[in-house]
Amino acid sequence: MTAYLVAILIFAVIYGFVALGLNIQWGLTGLINLGQVAFFAVGAYCAALTTQAGLPLLPALVLAALVSGSLGGAVALFTPRLREDYLAIVTLGFSEFVRLIFLNEKWLAGGPDGIAGIPRPVTIPGLDSETSFLVIAAVLLAVAFWFSQRLAHFPIGRTLRAIREDETVVASIGKPTLTYKTLAFVLGAALAGIGGALFASYLTYISPDMFGPNVSIYVLAAVLLGRQGSTLGTLAGTAVVAVLLEGTRLLKDYITVVDGVQLAALRLMALGLALMIIVAVRYGPGRRA
Amino acid sequence: MSNLLEIAGLNKRFGGLQAVDRCELSVREGSITGLIGPNGAGKTTLFSIISGFTKPDSGQIRFGGRRIEGLGAYEVARRGLRRTFQIPRELKEMSVLENLMLVPEGQFGDRLLSVLLPGARVRQEEQVNEAAAREVLETVGLAEKADIAAARLSGGQKKLLELARCLMSRPRLMLLDEPTAGVNPTLIRHLMKVMQKVHASGITLLIIEHNMNVIMELCERVVVLDRGHVIAAGTPAEIQQNKQVLDAYLGGVDA
Repeated sequence: MTAYLVAILIFAVIYGFVALGLNIQWGLTGLINLGQVAFFAVGAYCAALTTQAGLPLLPALVLAALVSGSLGGAVALFTPRLREDYLAIVTLGFSEFVRLIFLNEKWLAGGPDGIAGIPRPVTIPGLDSETSFLVIAAVLLAVAFWFSQRLAHFPIGRTLRAIREDETVVASIGKPTLTYKTLAFVLGAALAGIGGALFASYLTYISPDMFGPNVSIYVLAAVLLGRQGSTLGTLAGTAVVAVLLEGTRLLKDYITVVDGVQLAALRLMALGLALMIIVAVRYGPGRRA
Repeated sequence: MSNLLEIAGLNKRFGGLQAVDRCELSVREGSITGLIGPNGAGKTTLFSIISGFTKPDSGQIRFGGRRIEGLGAYEVARRGLRRTFQIPRELKEMSVLENLMLVPEGQFGDRLLSVLLPGARVRQEEQVNEAAAREVLETVGLAEKADIAAARLSGGQKKLLELARCLMSRPRLMLLDEPTAGVNPTLIRHLMKVMQKVHASGITLLIIEHNMNVIMELCERVVVLDRGHVIAAGTPAEIQQNKQVLDAYLGGVDA
């Protein structure tokens, strides 16, 4: 039971990075990214391959952030004029493209078999491997939170929010909007990359089927639940999504009227219902759009 | 005095419409110049081209002697040529003050690096910018609205905010797109005073305006645009007598 709680928390922390990243892109800057899983996947594969080659975890995280961030920058530069639904379609397509590359390029990343035996090279003396990992990941998440919070509240965050509201105005006052949008995309992708690297290291095994579009949607739900643009809200939203998706597994010991498969479906329904309620309450009739 | 803005042979076509047609126009440094013309004459398109939001098909634009027609909007703005929008584009979710504090160029806090360093420098910079923003709000008469959300301003106050945002950067040339349209007469008088104050502080103004009283009172020179082409230029009194101008407004009816 405790081990399971630790596992839920670790997943929540990992998805926390990905959600904080999306919050910079979408919440703060207004760039709808439905392909955040692509940067998560690239970070995961990057860490898997480099830690297997003997790189320690922390440099592997930095490398994952750099590679995912660069990829994010490339996506932003190829889609400078795209906004809203068009950007959503392109990023969604891009994430599938990335997944299919990992699925089909066997020489690179094992194809459908994925990569097994990824090292989890951290232990804090006196703690077991899982708890050590949780502590380290949580400390890193705290740093990412601090960074996001400052970004949102500094003048640069004001500029990003201004781009979300009206890009034309920001250009008219002499600010290079493409540079800021690219920056937001790079930062968001880099955070997702760190999340992916931790994911690979924690599970010690990854395969392409873990990186489907549903991951992007869960993270989107987390940002939406936490009120788009709020850093603390994003982490709270992530916690809610993690509990709804993972925590409800615990219920199977207590609920006997439905079997495991039905319960799995019910968990997804619970998440969908939570989203519908939030959207209806917050953006429903009479509320600000 | 020399010309701050010079436009030569400017053309822009949208599909079958020649929106700007061999346009020639100049604005003297230190002047208030009016740009008038019937609806659809291409005034706003011309503003959009000058400010770098729309690329012209051909022609030259010189600002302070240097070509600017190939530059992007933010680069034109950085050279000291700023515009307002005909329909105010206030940033609704921000306070009036924040709308202005966004403006100053080269803010250290606008760089990613600032997020990673101690906050003292940014706080100090913010204090300076806030003081400057409050002063501009004082100038335009919005000081009392500084801390409310821009969305809550009235239509006329939003026009003032457009002007304030433009003024905040102390540009060399301001392009004002119908600054008094849809504004009540009392506020029009106030807006005219503000524009005169701005002009007296050394900023050149080019104003699109339909209200002839405003034009007569403010402008030393008026340029008339019709179907994208400049058909007349002169003092407001001259323009009022010009037969070609009357024809353009009345649809070319033989008198």
